[in-house]
Amino acid sequence: MIDIAHSGPVLAASFLASLVECVEALTVVLAVGAVRGWQPALTGAGMAGVLLALLVAIFGPGLSLIPLALLQTAIGILLLLFGMRWLRKAVLRAGGVIALRDEAANYSSEVASLRAAGGVGRWDPIGIATSFKAVTLEGVEVVFIVIAVGAAGGALLPATAGAVAAAILVTAIGFVLHRPLAQVPENALKFAVGIMLSSFGTFWIGEGYGVAWPGGDWSLPGLVAGYLIAAAIAVGAVRHIRRRDMLAAAS
Amino acid sequence: MSRIKTIGSEILGLFVEDARLTVGLAVWIVVIAATRPWWQGAPHIGAIALFAGFAAILCENVFRAARNGNAIR
Repeated sequence: MIDIAHSGPVLAASFLASLVECVEALTVVLAVGAVRGWQPALTGAGMAGVLLALLVAIFGPGLSLIPLALLQTAIGILLLLFGMRWLRKAVLRAGGVIALRDEAANYSSEVASLRAAGGVGRWDPIGIATSFKAVTLEGVEVVFIVIAVGAAGGALLPATAGAVAAAILVTAIGFVLHRPLAQVPENALKFAVGIMLSSFGTFWIGEGYGVAWPGGDWSLPGLVAGYLIAAAIAVGAVRHIRRRDMLAAAS
Repeated sequence: MSRIKTIGSEILGLFVEDARLTVGLAVWIVVIAATRPWWQGAPHIGAIALFAGFAAILCENVFRAARNGNAIR
């Protein structure tokens, strides 16, 4: 039985995570389109889209054959590791330890490397391969998130809907603007998605182990709040450490 | 062979970026599983310990990274 306490966060996590990945993939597809033409850019992206849809179709329903406790624990561990990776990086970026991702700079660098690759013939394997690789690499993360947050909780439909909505939104905006979406607050999105995926991961590991979450499924928003507080404290402390070290270095 | 290696490292990279963080989380998962007989009588404690451990490991990891300032990709 899927309820709003579960399907709401599933849809939101899938939508936001896919938004981040689609923005990153769009940067490369736009660069291919601008330098080598739209035919190879869209051919590569389309081929990757078909491959990713096949992965969801194969692995999504197939996971239901695995015993639930084992599935919850395994998916929970993977979600936790994936979410914590994003959350750690987002905290360190928010704290100023590592630089924020710059889509405009990535676009320029991609354009330069595509120009250096030489002229464009009638059939452009370089353009197709570049676009295919970018969409596949970013898309695999989306596929993992859709399957993980969807399959373990029996909410594959809202998870897929969130990802598809994000892909349509980013594609539409990107092709209207014809430039990378550098204004998207990517680190804030990664921060939010990291918190959500870490919460799902923790929840499913606990379910697999048989812990009793206070409030049942409603503990998911509680876990989100808990991780948000922990991450906010971490950002504050990281900024403090940075300031203290910079002052010490200056004196 | 090199393509398989590349695909393998891409997949591993989805979940592992900082080995210390991954090992810390894995150890805590094992600790919670190993102490199950102890907290099974009061399963709320298992839930709270699970979350608190993960949150503490994350905080320790980013504090360490901020102090080192170089352990980051």
